[in-house]
Amino acid sequence: MENLIALLVAAPLLGAVVLLCGGRRLDRIGHLLGTVLAAASFVIGAVLFVDMLGKGAEERTFTQHLFSWVPVEGFQADVGFQLDQLSMTFVLLISGVGTLIHIYSIGYMEHDERRRRFFGYLNLFVAAMLLLVIADNYLLLYVGWEGVGLASYLLIGFWQHKPSAATAAKKAFLVNRVGDMGLSIAIMLMFTTFGTFAFGSVLPSATDASEGKLTAIGLMLLLAACGKSAQVPLQSWLGDAMEGPTPVSALIHAATMVTAGVYLIVRSGVIFNAAPDAQTAVTVVGAVTLLFGAIVGCAKDDIKKALAGSTMSQIGYMILAAGLGPIGYVFAIMHLVTHGFFKAGLFLGAGSVMHGMNDEVDMRKYGALRKYMPITFATFGLGYLAIIGFPGLSGFFSKDKIIEAAFAKGGTEGWILGGVALLGAAITAFYMTRVMLMTFFGEKRWENDADGNQPHPHESPRSMTIPMIVLAFGSVFAGGIFGVGDRFLKWLEPVTGHAEGDSPVSAMTVTAATMVVLVIGVGIAWAVYGRRPVPAVAPRGSLLTRAARRDLLQDDFNHVVLVRGGEHLTRSLVYVDHTLVDGVVNGTAASVGGLSGRLRKLQNGYARTYAVSMFGGAAIIIAATLLMRAV
Amino acid sequence: MSAASVHSLWTMGADSTAKIPTPHIEYAQLSPVLIVLGAACLGVLVEAFVPRKGRYYAQVFLAVVALVASFAAIVALAAGGYGSTKAHIAAMGAVAVDGPALFLQGTILLASLVSIFTFAERRLDPEAHGNRVDSFAAQAASVPGSESEQSAVKAGFTTTEVFPLALFAVGGMLVFPAANDLLTLFIALEVFSLPLYLLCAVARRKRLMSQEAAVKYFLLGAFSSAFLLFGIALLYGYAGSVSYAKIAAVVEGSVSTIDPALADTMGNDALLLIGAAMILAGLLFKVGAVPFHMWTPDVYQGAPTPVTGFMAAATKVAAFGALLRLLYVVLPGLRWDWRPVMWAVAIVTMLGGAIVAITQTDIKRLLAYSSIAHAGFILAGVIATTPDGVSAVLFYLGGYSFVTIGAFAVVTLVRDAGGEATHLSKWAGLGRRSPLVAAVFAIFLLAFAGIPLTSGFAGKFAVFKAAAEGGAGPLVVVGVLSSAVAAFFYIRVIVLMFFSEPKADGPTVAVPSPLTMTTIGVGVAVTLVLGVAPQYFLDLANQASVFVR
Repeated sequence: MENLIALLVAAPLLGAVVLLCGGRRLDRIGHLLGTVLAAASFVIGAVLFVDMLGKGAEERTFTQHLFSWVPVEGFQADVGFQLDQLSMTFVLLISGVGTLIHIYSIGYMEHDERRRRFFGYLNLFVAAMLLLVIADNYLLLYVGWEGVGLASYLLIGFWQHKPSAATAAKKAFLVNRVGDMGLSIAIMLMFTTFGTFAFGSVLPSATDASEGKLTAIGLMLLLAACGKSAQVPLQSWLGDAMEGPTPVSALIHAATMVTAGVYLIVRSGVIFNAAPDAQTAVTVVGAVTLLFGAIVGCAKDDIKKALAGSTMSQIGYMILAAGLGPIGYVFAIMHLVTHGFFKAGLFLGAGSVMHGMNDEVDMRKYGALRKYMPITFATFGLGYLAIIGFPGLSGFFSKDKIIEAAFAKGGTEGWILGGVALLGAAITAFYMTRVMLMTFFGEKRWENDADGNQPHPHESPRSMTIPMIVLAFGSVFAGGIFGVGDRFLKWLEPVTGHAEGDSPVSAMTVTAATMVVLVIGVGIAWAVYGRRPVPAVAPRGSLLTRAARRDLLQDDFNHVVLVRGGEHLTRSLVYVDHTLVDGVVNGTAASVGGLSGRLRKLQNGYARTYAVSMFGGAAIIIAATLLMRAV
Repeated sequence: MSAASVHSLWTMGADSTAKIPTPHIEYAQLSPVLIVLGAACLGVLVEAFVPRKGRYYAQVFLAVVALVASFAAIVALAAGGYGSTKAHIAAMGAVAVDGPALFLQGTILLASLVSIFTFAERRLDPEAHGNRVDSFAAQAASVPGSESEQSAVKAGFTTTEVFPLALFAVGGMLVFPAANDLLTLFIALEVFSLPLYLLCAVARRKRLMSQEAAVKYFLLGAFSSAFLLFGIALLYGYAGSVSYAKIAAVVEGSVSTIDPALADTMGNDALLLIGAAMILAGLLFKVGAVPFHMWTPDVYQGAPTPVTGFMAAATKVAAFGALLRLLYVVLPGLRWDWRPVMWAVAIVTMLGGAIVAITQTDIKRLLAYSSIAHAGFILAGVIATTPDGVSAVLFYLGGYSFVTIGAFAVVTLVRDAGGEATHLSKWAGLGRRSPLVAAVFAIFLLAFAGIPLTSGFAGKFAVFKAAAEGGAGPLVVVGVLSSAVAAFFYIRVIVLMFFSEPKADGPTVAVPSPLTMTTIGVGVAVTLVLGVAPQYFLDLANQASVFVR
C-alpha cells in the first residue's frame, strides 16, 4: 500500500509532461486527460486515507524510499516520501480541491485556445504541491516548493499577451525568490547543524542544537513562509497575482499553494517550539498580516482583489495560530482546510460572476445578480457565511478556535493577539458583507464592456456549478465534521502535538465576543452598502481608504526603499567600480607599462652595456653570497 | 703558494704520470652522446666529400638518424634501470648517468629533432634562381650585400654545415646536465656554445643583424665563460678537486685530510662562496636570468628563427639541468648561502622578463622576454630544493621546450616581401586570414601564459607547488603576480590576431612542407597532452628526480 505514495505525484506529473510535450494533437482531449489524472491522484489519496484510518494512531506514518538522489560521502540526499496525518490532510485537500478546479476549468477555459497548456500547468502545479507535502526531507520539499513557484509564475502569466499579467507573474516570481532564499539558507543551516535534511533525523534531534541556531533556522523558515504565503513584508505579489485565470486564483492563490508556508511552519514545529523568539516573530507576522489583508480587502472594488486581501488575512490567522506553538498547530491546519473549501468556493463564485458579466471585475458595476445567478448566489452566500464565522458553518469552528488559542497564549501577549484576532473577525465580517451586498444585492449598475457588449448575466454551465456546489457543502459541513468531538484534533495530534493553553477567558466568552463583533461588522457593512445605493464611481474616501486601495502603499514602500535603494546601491557600486577599482587596475597597468618603457631603454643594443650588467650582476651576487655568510 | 708546496705539486705530478691508469669508459652508457658527436663528425666529412647537390639530403638524413638513434639509446638506458636503481657515475667520475640526466637528455634530443625539421624547411621562401632555399645564408663567409654573396645565391649554395654544427651543439648539451666534474661542465659548455654562436650568424635574410647578434652572443658568452672558469679555479682551490662528489664532501666538512699542496687555501670559505657565486653567474647567463639576460632579446631576434627556437628550448633545458645538478649535488651544504641570492635572482627575473615584455613590438623579442620570465618561473622550482622541485622543473622544461619550438616555427610561417614579418603590427587580423595558424599560435601563447588544459598550466602549477612546499611562499606570490603581468602581453597578441582588422599590406602565411607541419603538430600535441593528462609525465619526472652522487 505504501508503494502507492509515489503515484500521487507521478499521475499529475505524467499529465504535465504529456500535455506540455504532446503538441496540438492533444488539444481535444487534453483537458479531460488532465482532469482524469488529477482525479486519479485524489483516488489514490483516498485509498491511502482509508488504509490509514484502519491503523492505530502510532502506525499511521507511511514512508517510501524511491532512490538516492545525491549519494555522496557526507551528503545524503534521497528521494523519499513520508505520508502521515498532516501530509494526508494536505494530499486530500490539494488533490480534492484540485480535481474540482480542473473540472471547473473545463467550462471556464472552454474558449481559450491554449486550454491544453493551461491544464498541463495545472497538473504540474498539483504534482509539485503534492511533492512539497509528502517529501520526507527538506531538500525534496524545496524541489516541490520551487515547482509550485514555477507553476504559479506560469499560470499568473498565462494570459501573457496582457502586459499586466506578464508583470504580475514577474513580480510574484521575484518576491518569491526572496522567500526561497530564506528556505535555502534554512536548509543549509540545517545541514551544517544536523548534517542531514531528513525530517526523521532533523526534527527529533532539533532540541540538541543551540537556541541561537534554531532561532536562525526558524527565522529563515519564516522568511520562506512569508514569501510563499504572501505575509507581510513579502505580501505585495498576491494582489497582482489575481491577473491569472480565476481557477488559478482559487486553487493556487487561495486554497493550496499560499498555505505552503503554514505547512512549513507546522512541519518544523519542533524547531519553533525550541526557539521562542522565532515563534514570537511568527505570531507578529501573522497578526500584522491578518489586519493588513483585512483592511486592504475592505477598500478594493475589484472582486478578486477583495478576495485576495481576504486570503492574505485568513492565512494571517493560520500563521498566527502556527506561531502559538502546540496550542495552535492543529487549529492552523484546521482553518487551512476549511478555508480551502470556502475560499476556493468564493473564488469560483467570483469567476462564475465574471463569466456572466463579460469578465467585469469591478463590483461597483455589479448589483442585483442574485436573481440571475441563483446557484452562484447560493454557493457564494454559503461560502460568505462560512468565512465570517456564522455559527455552525466551517469558519465558525476553525476561526473561533484560533481566537481562543490566541487568548490562551497568556499574558499581555495573549490579550494583544486575541484582541487583534477579534478585530480581524469584525473586519472580515464587514468586507465580506460588502462584497456580498455589492455583488448580489442592490440595484443593477451594469455597464457595457469595452466592445460595447451589454452584459447578459446567466448561470454558468454545469461543469462550473457542480464544483461550486461541492465546495459549498465543504464550506458548510467541514468545520462541524472536524470540530464536533475534537475529531480533527485527535487525528492530527500525534504529528503536531497539542497543548491546552491557559486562557484568561472562557471559551464561551470568546465565542460570544466573536458573535458580537460579527454582528457589528455585518451591521456596519449593511449600513453603508445595504441601506444606501452603492455609487457606481468610488467616492474619494478617507486617507485610510485611499491608502488601502493602494494596498496600504506596499508598492510605494517597496519602490522607494527597495527599488530606489537598490538603484542607488548599484549606482554607487558602479561608481566605486569605475573610479576606485578601475582606477587601481588601470593605474597598476599604466605604472607597469611605464616601468616597462623605462626598463627597455636599458636594452640599448651595446654589448658593452650588457657586459656591464653582467659584471654588476656577478659582483652583486658574490657580495650578497658573502654577506649572507657574514650575517 | 710557498716554494715547497710548488715543488711538492710538481713532484707529485711527476710521480703520478708513471701511474696513470687506463681510463675506464662505459661506452654503452655514454652512447647517446657518442652517437650524436660521431654523427657530427660524419657530417663534417659529408661536407667535405659528398657532392653539393646531395649534401642537404645526406645531412638531414644523418642528423635525424643520429638524433633518433641517440634517443633510442636513452630509452634503452632508462629501461635498463640507469635512471633509477643502476644510476651511477661513468667515465672516471666525469659523467653522471642518472634519472635527471636521462630525462633531460631525452628532452633535449626530442626538442632537437623537431628543431632539425625546421632547419630543413625549404618551402617557405620563394625559390632563388631555381633553387630551393632554407633559412640560412647561401654562403656564410660572404660579406652581406657583396658580389660574392650574389654569386653564391646564383650558384644555389646552401649552408648545410648547420646540421653538423647543430649536432655538435646537441652533443655538448647532452653532456652539460650530466657533467659530474667542473672541467667536464666547462668543456660541455664550450662544445655547445661555439656552434650556437656560429649558427646565430648564418641567417639568410637580415644578415647584418644576424652577424651582430652572433658577435654579441660570442662576446658575452666568452665573458660568462670566464666567470665560470674563474669560479672553477676558486672551487678547486677550496676543495682540491673538480669532482662534484669531492667538493660536496669538503663543503659538508666530511673530509679531514688536507692536500698539503693546497694547505693554504683548502677549506677557505671565501674561496668557496666566491667560486660558487661565479659559477652560478656563468650558468645563469645560459639560462637567461636577470641580470645576465641582456643578450637574449638581441640574439633571439637576430638569429635565424629555427636556430632561435632550437636555442631557446634545448639550451635552456641543458643549462637548467647543469644548474640543478650543481645546486643539488655540489652545493646542498651551502643551501643557506645561495638560496637568498637565488630568491632575489628569481624575483627580478620573473618580474623583469614579464614587465619589459609588455612594451615589445617584435614578436621574436617578445618571445625572448617571455623566455626570461619563464626562466624565473623555473628558478622558483629550482630553489625549492626538494625532490618535488626537481621533478617539477624537469616537467616544466619538457613542456616548455615544445611550446617554444612550436611558437618559433609559427613565426617562420608569417612572411612578407622582406622575409619573416616579425613586427607585431603586421600580425593584426591574422586570425581572419589564417584561422588555423592563428589558432595554433594562440594555443602556444595560452600555454606560455599558463592557462589550464595546456602544458604551461601543469608545469607552472608543479613548480609553484614545489616552491611553496619548499618554503618559498613569497616567491610563489611574485610568480603568480608576474604570470598575471605576462598574461597581458600573451593575450594581447591573441586579441591582435583575432579582433583587429587585417591590414591591406599584411603578411601572407606560407604553406610549409610536412617538416615544419610536423614540428608545429608535435608542439600542439605535446602542449595539449601535457595539459590535459599530465599525470603520466609527472610520474615519469618524479621517478627521474634523484641525482646520483
